[in-house]
Amino acid sequence: MLTIKDLHVKLEEEDKEILKGVNLEVEAGKVHAIMGPNGSGKSTLSYVLSGKDGYEVTSGTAMLEGQDLLEMEPEERAAAGLFLAFQYPVEIPGVGNMTFLRTAVNAQRKARGEEEMSAAEFLKVVRARAKELKIDADMLKRPVNVGFSGGEKKRNEILQMAMLEPKMCILDETDSGLDVDAMKLVAEGVNALRNAGRGFLVITHYQRLLDHIRPDVVHIMADGRIVKTGGPELALEVENNGYTDILAEVA
Amino acid sequence: MAAPAEKLDATEARIAALDLPQGGWADAARADALARLRAMGLPARRDEYWRFTRPDLLTQVETPAAAVVVSDEAPVFSEIDALRIVFNDGVFDPEASDPLAMDYLKIDRLAEAKTDIHWAKSLYGQLETNGQTPVARPLGTLNTAFATDGILIHVTGKAPRPINLVYNHRIETSEAILHHVIKLDPGADLTVLETGPAAARFNKVMEVDVADTAAFHHVRAQGRDHERHAATHIFARLGTESTFKSFTLTVNGRLTRNDCVIELTGDDAIAHVAGACVGDGDFHHDDTVFITHDAQRCESRQVFKKVLRNGAVGVFQGKILVKAGAQKTDGYQISQSLLLDGDSQFLAKPELEIYADDVICSHGSTSGAIDEEALFYLRSRGLPSDIATDLLTLAFLAEAVEEIEDEGLRGALVEQLEGWLERHRG
Repeated sequence: MLTIKDLHVKLEEEDKEILKGVNLEVEAGKVHAIMGPNGSGKSTLSYVLSGKDGYEVTSGTAMLEGQDLLEMEPEERAAAGLFLAFQYPVEIPGVGNMTFLRTAVNAQRKARGEEEMSAAEFLKVVRARAKELKIDADMLKRPVNVGFSGGEKKRNEILQMAMLEPKMCILDETDSGLDVDAMKLVAEGVNALRNAGRGFLVITHYQRLLDHIRPDVVHIMADGRIVKTGGPELALEVENNGYTDILAEVA
Repeated sequence: MAAPAEKLDATEARIAALDLPQGGWADAARADALARLRAMGLPARRDEYWRFTRPDLLTQVETPAAAVVVSDEAPVFSEIDALRIVFNDGVFDPEASDPLAMDYLKIDRLAEAKTDIHWAKSLYGQLETNGQTPVARPLGTLNTAFATDGILIHVTGKAPRPINLVYNHRIETSEAILHHVIKLDPGADLTVLETGPAAARFNKVMEVDVADTAAFHHVRAQGRDHERHAATHIFARLGTESTFKSFTLTVNGRLTRNDCVIELTGDDAIAHVAGACVGDGDFHHDDTVFITHDAQRCESRQVFKKVLRNGAVGVFQGKILVKAGAQKTDGYQISQSLLLDGDSQFLAKPELEIYADDVICSHGSTSGAIDEEALFYLRSRGLPSDIATDLLTLAFLAEAVEEIEDEGLRGALVEQLEGWLERHRG
C-alpha cells in the first residue's frame, strides 16, 4: 500500500535534516504504529507524505499503490487515497463543516472521474456517520473546527476520514489532548474503518491509544530513522521502560 | 478658510460644463448648492479625506470613458419580487420600469416633479448640507445642484415589497447624476435595492430621513463593469428607535468612492453600514463612513471587507463621532483586507472622536494573506488549490455579507461573489 524508501528530508528554510533515511512498508489491511520521542521526525513524516510546504525531499521515494506521492499536489494525494488526521486540526471561520465535507467528497470523486454525490445522498451518509461518532447536527453546521473542543476536533477528523474513505490513513497523534472517553470514541471510529483494503499508520507518543487501536506492527523512530520494528509488545516495552533502553540498545 | 485659487478654477471649469436644471421646487436648493460648491471647491489631492484616493477622474471636465460589459448573467436581484425603476446611463426608462405605485408609498421622479412637493422640498439637499460639517463632501453638493433625475419616495407604512433601482450602463462615455430622496414616516419600513454600474461616470446621492421607529434597509451591487467610475453618497438622519441598515457589494470598477454619512439624532437608534468588495488589477475602491452619535443608547456598526489582487487598491476611512451627552453609545467598526498577492494595497484610517464618558466604542483594522495552514488543510482533503482559495476568500467576506438580514438578498450577492471568484482564479 504505502512504500517509503530511504526518505531524506530537510527543512526548506534551513539546512537541517529531519528525516535521515526512513524505510517503511504498510500493507493493505494492516495497522502500523510509529512511536518515538519528541523531535524524532514522526510528524514531519506525516506532513511530507501529505504534501505540506516547507520541506525538501533530498532523496528517497514514497509510493502509494505504485503512484509517486512526492510528485503530486496535496489534493492529488488525497484523491489518490491518502488521508492525514491532523494533530492540530485547523479552524476555518466562515466555512461551514457540511459545505467543507461535501466539497471535499465531490472534489475527490471528480478528480477520480467518479460521479459526484447528490446533496440528498450526502446528507444521509453524513448523518449516519456523524451519529456513530456522536457528532450532533450543530457541529455539522458550525464553521470547520471553530469553537470545537479538543475531542470534537479529533472526532471531526475521523468523520472526514469516514466520509472520504481513503485507502491509506495516517493519524498524527490523534490521542493528544483527549480524555479516556474521547479516545475510546475516536478509536471506535477508526476501528470501524479497518478493513482488508485499507492501511493505517498511527503516530503516537503513548501506548494507551494502541490499547484501543490494536496495531499489527510497531516501529520506533528516533533521530529521523526507524530504529526498531516489532509487534504490539514493542509498544508495551516503551510504556514500561521509556525510550531510553531501546535507544541505547540500537545505538 | 477660502479654497486655493487653482481648486476654484477647476471647480468653475467643471460647473461651466454642466447644465443647471431649472423651473421647479428644487431651484432654491440647487442655487444654494451651487453657491456652496463654488465656495468650497471640488475635492483635490491635498484634502484630508482624499489623500488615499485621487479625485481627478471624478472631478475632471471630460467624462472618462468606460467600456460597456455585456454579461450573460441574470441581473443580480432578478429573483427578488420588487418594484423596478430603471435608468439607462442616468435616463429614466419608462418602458422597462414598473408603474411608480405601491401601497404606503408615494413615488415621484425628480425630473418630473415641477409642482411643489412639500416634503421633498424641505428635504432635498438638506441632509446633504448637514453632512458637510465637519468634513466637506463637494461631490455631494455638486450632485444637489446638477442632478438630472432621481426618485422621491415618501413612505407612510410598511412597504409590501422592495424598490429595485436598476442602473444600466450602455454608452461608453456616459455621465449620470442622480439624486434620490427617501422619507420614512414614524413606523414606516422600506427596503431599497440598487444594482448596476449606471454610467461611465456616476455621481449619486441618496438622502434618507428615517423618522422615529421607522426602518430602512438598503442593499446594493455596483455592477460588473471594470472601467466605470462612481462617487456615491448616502446622507441619513435617524430618529428615536429607528433602524438604518445598508450593505454594498462592489465587484470591479476602476474607481469607486462610497461616502456614507449618518446622524443618529434620536435615542435608541441603530445604524449598520457594511460592504464587501473584490478587485483585480485596475481597481480602486474607497469606503468613507462618518457616523455621528448625537443621542443616547444608539448603536452603530461598520463592517467592511476587501479582497484585492494584482495591484488593486482598497481604502477605508471610517469615523465614529460621539457628541457630548450621547451616553451609552455602542459603536463598532472593523475594516479588513485580504491581499491575494504582494502588489495589492489596503489603506485604512479608522477614527474615533468621543465627547461622552459612558460609551463602548471599538475599532479594528487588519490586512492579511490567505491562511496557508487552512489552505493546506483544505487541499489535504482533496480540494484543488483554486477552489480552496475561493472557499477561504468567501469565508473572509462572510462576516460582512452576513450583515444582510434577508436570506434571499444575501444569497443573490453571494452568487455574484462566487461568479467573480470563478472568473478571477489566479
